Amino acid sequence: MQLIPCPWCGPREEAEFHYGGQAHVAYPEDPSALTDEEWAQYVFFRENPSGPFAERWSHSAGCRRWFNAVRDTRTHDLLAVYRVGEPMPELGEKDQVAS
Amino acid sequence: MTADPTSPLAAWTDRLAALAPALTVAERPFRAQLTVRVSDPSAIEAMGSALGVAFPPVPCTFTSGSGPFGDLEVLWLGPDEFLVVASPGLQVPIEDALRAARGSARGSVVDTSAQRTTVVLEGAHVRDVLAHGCSVDLHPSSAPVGTCVQTLLARTGIILQVTGEDRFAVLVRSSFAGYLAAWLSDACMEYRT
Ligand SMILES: [Zn+2]
Repeated sequence: MQLIPCPWCGPREEAEFHYGGQAHVAYPEDPSALTDEEWAQYVFFRENPSGPFAERWSHSAGCRRWFNAVRDTRTHDLLAVYRVGEPMPELGEKDQVAS
Repeated sequence: MTADPTSPLAAWTDRLAALAPALTVAERPFRAQLTVRVSDPSAIEAMGSALGVAFPPVPCTFTSGSGPFGDLEVLWLGPDEFLVVASPGLQVPIEDALRAARGSARGSVVDTSAQRTTVVLEGAHVRDVLAHGCSVDLHPSSAPVGTCVQTLLARTGIILQVTGEDRFAVLVRSSFAGYLAAWLSDACMEYRT
């Protein structure tokens, strides 16, 4: 089973974690000003890259903290993990997050 | 008048004792436990002073010592979350002392004594037995005495403390304790002679 490196606890078994979808989806500045279509975009639409993808993970059976990870969706390699509030680390040129 | 409390593993005392010498297993029931959520460094320091035991500054470790409430331990559970563990019956005075030490800092102190029971495991095979159901590397070089992790043991959420050279403490939720005892009995089978 794959080990996922929690930024607080270090490498732990994948079964200790829960997946939280795409990271860095900002809550709208002025939600009431959004059209239905814009709201649907915010709530339902997510990137689906083939390659590096910034995601939220929760170490639910460990320290119970949310953190962010960049995972390559082609290989399931975790390229970087970082704590909530920290900026996404710089990646090598071939690992740029698709946008 | 209340009935005498029955510990979660009371029915398992003899069966766990029978696992020796493969593994010495004993429950330490009813310990006082307080979940502390606080992030302010000066409040953390004041709470440590009130207990006579400094809170652990390093993730996945615990501290222990003796103070006005006797021997106690402070376990790191998360970056702003700790578990204070002391002898049975002390939860109310410790809760009061921690609340007073917290002052006006944001946080909480909650008595969670009934949530978990403690199982102490000791013996030369303790790491082998735990490895049957726990993926954390428990080799002394990566989990020295003083290590404290929350993880899964046989799919059950536990807090695991390395308390001695071949001695571990497992804190398990009361309702899962019987299952864990049954699993431990099974995992010990191949080490019994
Ligand atoms: Zn963690």
